Amino acid sequence: MTAVDFNTVLPEFVLAAYAMAALLFGVYTGKDKTAPMLVWATSGLFLALALYIGLAGEGERAAFGGMFIDDPFARFAKVIILVSGAAVMLMSQDYMTRRDLLRFEFPILISLATIGMMMMVSAGDLMSLYMGLELQSLSLYVVAAMRRDSQKSSEAGLKYFVLGALSSGLFLYGASLTYGFAGTTSFAGILSTLVAGEVPVGLTFGLVFMLSALAFKVSAAPFHMWTPDVYEGSPTPVTAFFATAPKVAAMALIARLTHDAFGTVSGDWGQVLAALAVVSMFLGAVAAIGQRDIKRLMAYSSIAHMGFALVGLASGTAEGVQAMLIYMAIYVTMNVGTFAFILSMERDGRPVTDINSLNMFSRKEPLKALALLVLMFSLAGVPPMVGFFGKFYVLQAAVDAGMTWLAVAGAVASVIGAFYYLRIVFFMYFGKETDTADSNMAPVQWVVMVAVSAIMVLGIINLFGIEPMAAVAAEALVR
Amino acid sequence: MDNLLSIITFIPAVAAGILALFLRGEDAAAQRNAKWLALLATTATFLVSLFVLVGFDPANTDFQFVEEFDWILGLKYKMGVDGISVLFVMLTTFLMPITIAACWEVETRVKEYMIAFLMLETLMLGVFCALDLVLFYLFFEAGLIPMFLIIGIWGGKERIYAAFKFFLYTFLGSVLMLVAMIMMYWDAGTTDIPSLLAHTFGSESFSILGVHVVGGLQTMLWLAFFASFAVKMPMWPVHTWLPDAHVQAPTAGSVVLAAILLKMGGYGFLRFSLPMFPIASDLLAPLVFWMSAIAIVYTSLVALAQSDMKKLIAYSSVAHMGYVTMGIFTANQQGIDGAIFQMLSHGFISGALFLCVGVIYDRMHTREIDAYGGLVNRMPAYAMIFMFFTMANVGLPGTSGFIGEFLVLMGIFQVNTWVAVVATTGVILSAAYALWLYRRVVMGELLKEALKSITDMTKREKAIFAPLVAMTLLLGIYPALVTDIIGPSVSALITDYHAAIPASAEAQLAQH
Repeated sequence: MTAVDFNTVLPEFVLAAYAMAALLFGVYTGKDKTAPMLVWATSGLFLALALYIGLAGEGERAAFGGMFIDDPFARFAKVIILVSGAAVMLMSQDYMTRRDLLRFEFPILISLATIGMMMMVSAGDLMSLYMGLELQSLSLYVVAAMRRDSQKSSEAGLKYFVLGALSSGLFLYGASLTYGFAGTTSFAGILSTLVAGEVPVGLTFGLVFMLSALAFKVSAAPFHMWTPDVYEGSPTPVTAFFATAPKVAAMALIARLTHDAFGTVSGDWGQVLAALAVVSMFLGAVAAIGQRDIKRLMAYSSIAHMGFALVGLASGTAEGVQAMLIYMAIYVTMNVGTFAFILSMERDGRPVTDINSLNMFSRKEPLKALALLVLMFSLAGVPPMVGFFGKFYVLQAAVDAGMTWLAVAGAVASVIGAFYYLRIVFFMYFGKETDTADSNMAPVQWVVMVAVSAIMVLGIINLFGIEPMAAVAAEALVR
Repeated sequence: MDNLLSIITFIPAVAAGILALFLRGEDAAAQRNAKWLALLATTATFLVSLFVLVGFDPANTDFQFVEEFDWILGLKYKMGVDGISVLFVMLTTFLMPITIAACWEVETRVKEYMIAFLMLETLMLGVFCALDLVLFYLFFEAGLIPMFLIIGIWGGKERIYAAFKFFLYTFLGSVLMLVAMIMMYWDAGTTDIPSLLAHTFGSESFSILGVHVVGGLQTMLWLAFFASFAVKMPMWPVHTWLPDAHVQAPTAGSVVLAAILLKMGGYGFLRFSLPMFPIASDLLAPLVFWMSAIAIVYTSLVALAQSDMKKLIAYSSVAHMGYVTMGIFTANQQGIDGAIFQMLSHGFISGALFLCVGVIYDRMHTREIDAYGGLVNRMPAYAMIFMFFTMANVGLPGTSGFIGEFLVLMGIFQVNTWVAVVATTGVILSAAYALWLYRRVVMGELLKEALKSITDMTKREKAIFAPLVAMTLLLGIYPALVTDIIGPSVSALITDYHAAIPASAEAQLAQH
């Protein structure tokens, strides 16, 4: 390992070393008593790393013979992953402490999952890709089942594990086909095979298998079955985590794989992604209508949102990748804010997730209700909230790429989707006054939620300058 | 004052922000403060907007008071008005103080109510001033949020159903428009409205999935815009959200909805459909004519059968909007002048009619026509004012209602005689339902026990109606006030429109 290689993987290395050290520390000291401190330390480290990656990163570097790539695209995704991970951990801490859920393994597992995600977005080879993917998934299986004495949580963990293992199998199958026909596992090598001559049918098969497996990870329909159950069964902080960082990582991975390894056959995977996008958008929008549980509702909502992000990718252009990145950044921000609220919903100290319990919430807590209103309209993509701009970018990318039909489908799906977001507003503002849930917010949750809803409104001014950064990131990937 | 339009657009928003952040409490004093602040802000907006009217040069057909800043994604924040939009801005600023004064009696959640109306004013003004497609869309769509809340929170019994129906109907129309806007950007490379007005969109026919599209891209774009504006107008057969929304909305909400929000559809046709897609407009004008004619006759007949006063007036609004769409697509001076005139006049008249219903609703808490009768015995002033606006609604010469309808009918007669004949019957029908409503509510003996103690209008209520009466009369007697301002812009629009249509299409049109 040369110094240059080491330098390139420094953030990952630091995080891995920290995870080991924290594990030792946790085991040999007071175990769960140190957990709150570990949460703060881990979040602090995440933020510091995000800052380091955002500010110090420059140019494009490859390490370990092209296995690991550090470019603006990877850095953009990593910053989102780290910041959202930190935010979710911070706002979960109070919830978990009060319900006696906080184990010291929680921040450590999250750290390990995060290393996996950082590997995924930086992968330059099928091997390193799979390594990152598995590290992430295995950590998350455990986290999903963290409430050991709850049947639902264990069920969620098991379900997630079985289906996740299936998708891993699919991926490996696709990867081995690809290897067989391309003779290499490196993205650059696969690309040069494609450039050289006719596309072997085995590569197309391999690509489709790998895309299906990744569709599992982003929970795009028709590979979404696990999502509602896992979201509902896992403890809410874990759900909040599932809904944010891993989605970004998997989506970035799809972009990386399709462009770096299969960039010349964008017609082939464009169709697959477009099909996934359409099905996800509609399924997410329609299936959410009947949901009464806000966590299940958010699960379908995330399926629909993944559909929109895939619309950007399906267009196969740099603009599409940029649109996807912006969409994911906005999506993650909105979800962090929404989950900050969901974490605080309770009645007599017990968490509730039934949306009926929001009845006339606006009378009880006008400010929080207003913040949630902004978030819901933003999720629905109603201007002037920032959520609209996310949709606008992806639809524009689709039209520019000549996929107007996809944009029309997205537009129609967003109207159907608006209904269930509106229903939450409806309960909060127009409902009947019957035992409304309380909202017991820790200061961190309050700050996160209010800040996010302020971002959703103020972002209209210039989207906080995220647009040129996403453009640079997309250009690094698509040449 | 370079930023005059931004100033008037955002004064209400700033006031709403102050209300939201600094006004605490639910007591009577806080409620009074909220009302006064809202009234002050809307009045200030109106006064400042007078500068726009004074400084506006009607002879100049370009956009005036233009301001431009860079924004995200190569979009621009660009505002400006021309002869077509300036009067809509004035209509909005003029009506808002009246609307605020009309909801003085509201007692539930006054602060939020005022915030919603102030935000709505900002968004409506933004729609009429925006000179960038996406900025326009932003204002156009965002207006749904406060209106959704106004209907849903302060509305009548069925308010939830009405609020959802209102939101989803209009949202569906507008997202299709969004896709069309993106396609326009893709085709023209800009979202700047003045540049788009100069751009010619392709009109070569092509086939999609075996369907032969005459007029090509223009037709597709026209239809997408039509989906949005026709719902907003609303045109038959997509008008069904309007009666529900009106009936359930509080009085002030109905006033804003009828007087201003509906005008966004007509404004959209004039700003986008007609000048940007002339060939498609020319092709599809007969469709619009017949839809409008059906709207006029059919909704007038439906209005006759209503037992709820607000519903009756809502259907009458749909009928009157039929004249507007018809007038716009005649693409001649009388027709378009008439359409704009009709929109302004309908703003005053329908607003006033909803206020009239509000006056007695506040006293009796019912809108059933059968619950009233013989009001003239106890409420002479009310009978007088209601009479005046009933007549204006019917289109009595001397009121502004007459000028609009007459001009439109003149315009359509030159283009399509049969449609003109059908539309004219609407004039008779509107007299029938309006006068019958008036007879049942106001005339006759006062027999109902509950009405024996009803009181006449208060000074505040009279003061609210005074400016509306004045405007209706003024425009009815001296319509040149309006036509002088809109005339040059409209005639420039028509010149461009006819220049864009190939001679063959013109000749074809002449044969009809």
